[in-house]
Amino acid sequence: MDQEKIIEILNVYKTFNSHRVLNDTSLAINKGETKVIIGRSGCGKSVLLKHIMGIMRPESGSVIVKGKNLSGLSIKELNNLRMRMAMVFQGGALFDSLNVGENVGFTLYEYSNLSPKEIDERVEEALCNVELCGIHKLMPSELSGGMKKRVAIARGLCIKPEIILYDEPTTGVDPITADSINELIRSLHDKFKVTAIVVTHDMKSAYRVADNIAMLYQGKIIAEGTPEEIQKTEHPVVHQFINGLSYGPITETIEKFI
Amino acid sequence: MIDPNKILRRIQSIGAAIVDSLDYAGSFARLFFQTLFWVFVPPFKSERTFDQAKKIGIESLPIVSLVSFFIGVILALQTAYQMQKLSSEIYIANIVALSIVRELGPVITSLIVAGRCGAAVTAELGTMKVTEQVDALETLATSPVKYLVVPRFLAFTFMMPVLTIYANLVGIIGGYLICVYRLGIRSGMYLNLTFHSLQIKDLTTGLIKTIVFGIIIAMVGCLEGLRVEGGAEGVGKATTKSVVVSFILIIAADCVFTALFYFIFP
Repeated sequence: MDQEKIIEILNVYKTFNSHRVLNDTSLAINKGETKVIIGRSGCGKSVLLKHIMGIMRPESGSVIVKGKNLSGLSIKELNNLRMRMAMVFQGGALFDSLNVGENVGFTLYEYSNLSPKEIDERVEEALCNVELCGIHKLMPSELSGGMKKRVAIARGLCIKPEIILYDEPTTGVDPITADSINELIRSLHDKFKVTAIVVTHDMKSAYRVADNIAMLYQGKIIAEGTPEEIQKTEHPVVHQFINGLSYGPITETIEKFI
Repeated sequence: MIDPNKILRRIQSIGAAIVDSLDYAGSFARLFFQTLFWVFVPPFKSERTFDQAKKIGIESLPIVSLVSFFIGVILALQTAYQMQKLSSEIYIANIVALSIVRELGPVITSLIVAGRCGAAVTAELGTMKVTEQVDALETLATSPVKYLVVPRFLAFTFMMPVLTIYANLVGIIGGYLICVYRLGIRSGMYLNLTFHSLQIKDLTTGLIKTIVFGIIIAMVGCLEGLRVEGGAEGVGKATTKSVVVSFILIIAADCVFTALFYFIFP
């Protein structure tokens, strides 16, 4: 299977307060696939997403999106690239001062030449895609956690992106909403053929949406494979993580520090 | 016996403080020039600037009126206390007008706006930062400086002189009421003395100062907001720091400008 790589992360290093979060991390994502990155909380999964979006710059190494090295781009080129990408933040990150419709259509209102009526139609279409038709007048503070996440997904969809990055889409919502979000991610993948990267530590969600799973541990990708391969893995760290065991190599290293 | 470790730690903390202040000055300058750059980059959306101008200008009017009125009253009474001893009540009008227009109007207005609006800007931007809304703006191909800082910068810079002129007027009215109704100075004479003593340079130097103060409040408020780290506690700390730093910079800048104007326009 020789597919076109749409995102390549090559030997990226990133340090915060002398704590190395990304340590020679390399990862490639093929066009049209849904890649799930698993790992413990605080292991640098979100940081990796922010590198792909160009919000953070690597200390060394490079991030290549659609054949362009992000560190060599001007602000304008980077923003043009971002117009083809979307990121769904963990808490939604909706703008409190704008209503749902203005949030979802943000990029269109700011940059497109579409008439307000056309934008409204696009907004409504995006909201209906996440099964939230007709709520564009509400303010973000009036929404539940699950609705916020779905509105955030709608905001991503509104620009019809090629790449969507999800930061823990099922964290902090009830199991039924979590399942509907998984279903949504799956259906967007099938319907629009978008490339998706999902960062999560919810294994149920990972198996459900992934074409391919990669595990990030101590700043490195230690395992990669299809959900079946990952489930059958003999790698002790991955085995401990996916089965949620409190004893194993991950916790041993922590005990050593304590 | 002097503990060498203690000395080392002391030196380290001094070094860290110096590095921090340099870092702060650098970030301040960087944000300022980025803001100047983005002011001239399309698309231009004036609504956001008007919204901010409304928050900073119109909504500050009641408190600015109240405080400058009291300052006018206090100034007139304190001056009268001295001048009556010298039987020179005739100078009260001059002193009140000049003190307010040259110094107290600009400074008091800036301190009020820094405490009221500068802090609000830091809290708002800080909350946006910790809830990842600032990152979200970037992912939506929008510069946070363009979207958040530029409208506030313009609004503060334009509204400060407007508020100051208003505060000057209210302060002079405060002084007028005391002098005319308590101290028995004739109304026509008081007004005549007031407007006679004021020159254009008094007003312009005051207004130039307020523009600089407005820039200081906007930059410190936004910088502190965008530098917030660590959730609600971080927002609280940044808001406090924003007010303290604005106050110090306003007073310091005032000192520099007053000295400068004293020698340039004697």
